[in-house]
Amino acid sequence: MELYLFELALTLYLASAVVSVMELFKGTRTTSRIMIVLALLGFAFHTANIIMRYVNSGHIPISNLHEASSFFSWCIIMLFFILEYRYKIGLLGSFVMPVVFVMMLTSSILPRKIEPLSPVLQSYWFGVHTVLAFTGDAAFALAFGVGIMYLVQEHYVKSKRLGGLFQRLPNLQILDEINYRLITIGWPLLTLAIITGVIWAESAWGRYWRWDPKEVWSLITWFIYAAVLHVRLIAGWRGRRAAILSIVGFCIVLFTFFGVNLIMKSIHSFV
Amino acid sequence: MKILVQGVNHKTAGVDIREKLAFNGSKLEEGIFGLRKLPEVREAALLSTCNRVELYTFVSNASAATESIRNFLSEFHGIKRADFERALFTLSGPDAVRHIFRVSSSLDSMVLGEPQILGQIKDCFAFALDKKTTGVLLNKLMKKAISTAKRVRTETRIAENAVSISFAAVELARKIFKDLSGKSFMLLGAGEMAELAARHLVNNGVAGVMVVNRTYDRGCELASEFNGRAVRFEDFLQELVHADIIICSTGAPAYVLNKDQMQKVMKERRQKPVFIIDISVPRNIDPEINNLDNVYLYDVDNLQDVVDTNVQGRMAEAQKAEAIIDEEVEKFSRWMSALESVPTIVALRQKADEIRREELDKFINRFPDLDETKIKAVDYMAGAIINKLIHPPTVALKEDVDDRDELIATIKKLYGLGEDEE
Repeated sequence: MELYLFELALTLYLASAVVSVMELFKGTRTTSRIMIVLALLGFAFHTANIIMRYVNSGHIPISNLHEASSFFSWCIIMLFFILEYRYKIGLLGSFVMPVVFVMMLTSSILPRKIEPLSPVLQSYWFGVHTVLAFTGDAAFALAFGVGIMYLVQEHYVKSKRLGGLFQRLPNLQILDEINYRLITIGWPLLTLAIITGVIWAESAWGRYWRWDPKEVWSLITWFIYAAVLHVRLIAGWRGRRAAILSIVGFCIVLFTFFGVNLIMKSIHSFV
Repeated sequence: MKILVQGVNHKTAGVDIREKLAFNGSKLEEGIFGLRKLPEVREAALLSTCNRVELYTFVSNASAATESIRNFLSEFHGIKRADFERALFTLSGPDAVRHIFRVSSSLDSMVLGEPQILGQIKDCFAFALDKKTTGVLLNKLMKKAISTAKRVRTETRIAENAVSISFAAVELARKIFKDLSGKSFMLLGAGEMAELAARHLVNNGVAGVMVVNRTYDRGCELASEFNGRAVRFEDFLQELVHADIIICSTGAPAYVLNKDQMQKVMKERRQKPVFIIDISVPRNIDPEINNLDNVYLYDVDNLQDVVDTNVQGRMAEAQKAEAIIDEEVEKFSRWMSALESVPTIVALRQKADEIRREELDKFINRFPDLDETKIKAVDYMAGAIINKLIHPPTVALKEDVDDRDELIATIKKLYGLGEDEE
């Protein structure tokens, strides 16, 4: 049952992603509405899937890569809805839904079996640490989408070729502001995730920090986004540079999440 | 009975003729009554704007009315017919309807899709209504002209995207800044186009206007007009830090702002975006500045390109608009033909029924012994015969043909339907 819910959500996200890409080529009010409705339906099934998995396993379902990327997608969509509701910026879905779908697709091909929770994870910190990390990463994912939108729109304005998406993309200032706001949300969450991780590591493994690849890459991510905020406050770096940094930042987030687990040897290997 | 449009507009006549035929001020009222009083004219409305003088009428006889309206124009304005007839266009029937719809939808305008004309059509209609010179037909036509224009506006993108340089500048500013209100603006130099763009920006809520002029007095003058403050030319670099939007139009022979200077300004502004419009020729601002982050520089050619692209876009939309207008003209023609032929059809049927009743009475008087059922049978047969007889003319009247007026007249004559009704 819980698996069917996942497939249903995946299918609806696919449909929503397809509509969102179509919207880039020929958008009307109806296409964007269809895209949102499909995403909402998918989100409903997805939520049900996560709840059922929680009930069936007895622990927060973020204990393997399948569950984690599913939960990651869930956070991104959640945040996307909030942004959509608050700012109603055109075409955001076209830059977010495809990312969500790819993430869910990755999740769907990873082993889904519910395994008993390894002793290390049986801790109060498990839920706190993972939820903080993924909501933070979700904010970075949206900053990535908004950053790309900024670069596209900036290219139109700078090159003075005002065709294509120029009319439908929002203005540069709002894109820059949303990008900044997302990072101001994501960075503190990431900071807290790292702190809780450190405390948890001490209680689980007896050491706060052991330069594990996961730890190292998380720290790199943390520095990147700290730099984004720092240079904006100190030197007023904004616009194009901030957008590029937020895109680079998210690529490192993805590497920390998938790359480290699949390529490197890490004791943080569950997720 | 036909809709007839005669007049001159920017496509058919130069301003020398248009101004002679214009109905300005009190002439409008005089004109519309004069027009309505012509013997062939049943309903009349009059549109007089700077681009067109058009007389919308519903007339009993198109060719006679054409003549008398021309004579009327000649007498009213005191010019010889020969002086304006060559510039005059005359349209009747569905062509006239299409013309009115195209005018109201701004397809006939000098600037395709401009919004003023619809307001002018509304005023023209309101005036005619007020003076009671229109009736059922023109009222419906004018209402349809307005609703068609609205349909065109919502179903096509004909009115989207700026088609003048000053509006294009405002539109671009909106794609760079979230909100123009609270943005500060510097007018560097003066000039018609620059001042127009400045006015558009101020109308869109731009505050904190600074005016820089080589002649300080002229700067003060302009500044008071925009509720801003004047800045001496020597000081403009220091003040540049505070400007989010800059319009430059000085007569300087060389660049007044180079990349290094702008880079310093940007640093001081902490990289807050700047939109610079350089409409001076030769250019006054080093084009290299556009390569700086968060600086968007447009020169007059760039803006013209934007306008050209938008104009092409509007022309493509105009194609869609023509299809909508075809549809509406068709609908209106159907309504009008129904309106024209329905009274005749009704009269024909009444006449037939009358004959049937009369003949039945005579028949009953002649054969008083007949019982109910037989009388009923005879009545039934009489009904069938008249139905068969009036069926072909009824069908012909309902058909959409060009010479319906003649057909109606012929049928009236053949069946002796009389001219008692209007």
